[in-house]
Amino acid sequence: MGCLSWLGDSCLSISFGEKIDPLVNAQCVAIATSLEQRGRRGIRDVVATYNAVTVHFDPLQIDREDLSTELAVLAAMDAPGTGADVEPVLIPVEYGGHAGPDLAAVAEFGHCSERDVIHLHSMKVYRVYMLGFLPGFAYMGSVDARIAMPRLDTPRIRVASGSVGIAGAQTGVYPCETPGGWRIIGRTTSQLFDPRRADAFLLKAGDWVKFVAD
Amino acid sequence: MTGALSIVRPGMFTTVQDLGRWGFQSRGVPVSGAMDTYSHRLANRLVGNGDNAATLEATLIGPQIAFETDTTFAVTGASFALTLNAETVAMNRMTEAKAGSVLKFGERLCGARSYIAVSGGVDVPEVLGSRSTHVLTGMGGLEGRALRAGDRIRTVTGARGKGRGAIAPCPSPLTPLTIPPGGARVRVIPGESTLFSHLAQKRFRISPRSDRMGYRLEGADRGSVSVGELISGAVTTGIVQIPPAGEPILLMADHATTGGYAIGATVITADLPVAGQLAPGDWIEFDACSFKAADHALREQEAALGRV
Repeated sequence: MGCLSWLGDSCLSISFGEKIDPLVNAQCVAIATSLEQRGRRGIRDVVATYNAVTVHFDPLQIDREDLSTELAVLAAMDAPGTGADVEPVLIPVEYGGHAGPDLAAVAEFGHCSERDVIHLHSMKVYRVYMLGFLPGFAYMGSVDARIAMPRLDTPRIRVASGSVGIAGAQTGVYPCETPGGWRIIGRTTSQLFDPRRADAFLLKAGDWVKFVAD
Repeated sequence: MTGALSIVRPGMFTTVQDLGRWGFQSRGVPVSGAMDTYSHRLANRLVGNGDNAATLEATLIGPQIAFETDTTFAVTGASFALTLNAETVAMNRMTEAKAGSVLKFGERLCGARSYIAVSGGVDVPEVLGSRSTHVLTGMGGLEGRALRAGDRIRTVTGARGKGRGAIAPCPSPLTPLTIPPGGARVRVIPGESTLFSHLAQKRFRISPRSDRMGYRLEGADRGSVSVGELISGAVTTGIVQIPPAGEPILLMADHATTGGYAIGATVITADLPVAGQLAPGDWIEFDACSFKAADHALREQEAALGRV
């Protein structure tokens, strides 16, 4: 059972425990998808995150009791599988050098070679748990513990667009140039976000991703 | 034929805004939109636009705008001394400007943000269904940035600008937002009582390091918060985040879609416009409120805007 909590008068969240787990996240994505498909008037946004689903709504159009009941009913349904059997989205990466200024530091952290870091990072298939921070920015996991280096103490003022980074067990790609504190090990030419494209976003919560060394 | 206006002086921070870029928070896209949606909608209604038509949001120091074509406009929100050419212009009413007229913002009397609506609305390309400017990501508005001197913006004329919810222009003033001078008590739905206790019955000041993403709240001894690291979740406008150390942050229109800090309270929808009118140095206090009172306040606001 989920735990319902109100974020003000126009936002309701249901969360499932305090851990990062692909099955929990799959349930959140399934609930969010069901709600979105119903297309109820007055629902403005439905956001699946690691362990929760948050619904932004117009309080003049949505009855709070109806909405919380609807969420509780969806939460009681059987959780789907994680979808790990579907084809992952492939993201080509140029590792190291100017493209990955922190590759050496991550290698040192992991007591291994830069080649090992590249191998460990690119051999896994990662789950997209959620998007946030910036348009198209996907929080993916989990990174092999050996290279799960914490973020920089002081964020960089400028991280290049397409930079591939590690922050603890998470990995992600910066969709645009921005300040940022993740350890940058490479760069991709894939466009995570392009508002001019028919589908502006490369990824959504619930997708699976594999990085491919260029 | 389309109208146009040009920016003679941009003011401190003037951007194109509508009611926001809803529907993409699951993809990490901030909503943005007018900080004071009430005054934005009022300005639109005064000139006969739909609520979502784009306006210009001017911050603290207002702009100078030259109308290149005959234009119907209205200014709402933060109160300024306004002139059209040499003549005084009233806030909160529809005014006709002849081609070549210049609208000047003078002294600011109260509030932080004014809304300038032109009949038909400001015409910039829509990005993901909205014209709102989000400066951090360079999205929407005019080239994703604040306006500069020399910028030229087209306005939508004719039926195109009317859109859904368009009404006849209102020559008589609708009820403007009441903007208390110097600070405001805003109503909130409290978070967990231990967290809300850091905010209740305290007076905070809006820090100079505040912007459309959020207000840092300084000056009150709120004690330290002992919460473990939280898993990031979705956040919404009006949330007062309580980081383990440092100042609480009131999330405003441009906030990122997710966050990992404890939540002390969330400002009710009806009081977000007043929050949007606070300037650095102003005080803010938080009063706990029920859903019933929050809904009542919102309905009263809708009635004042003439949406029956």
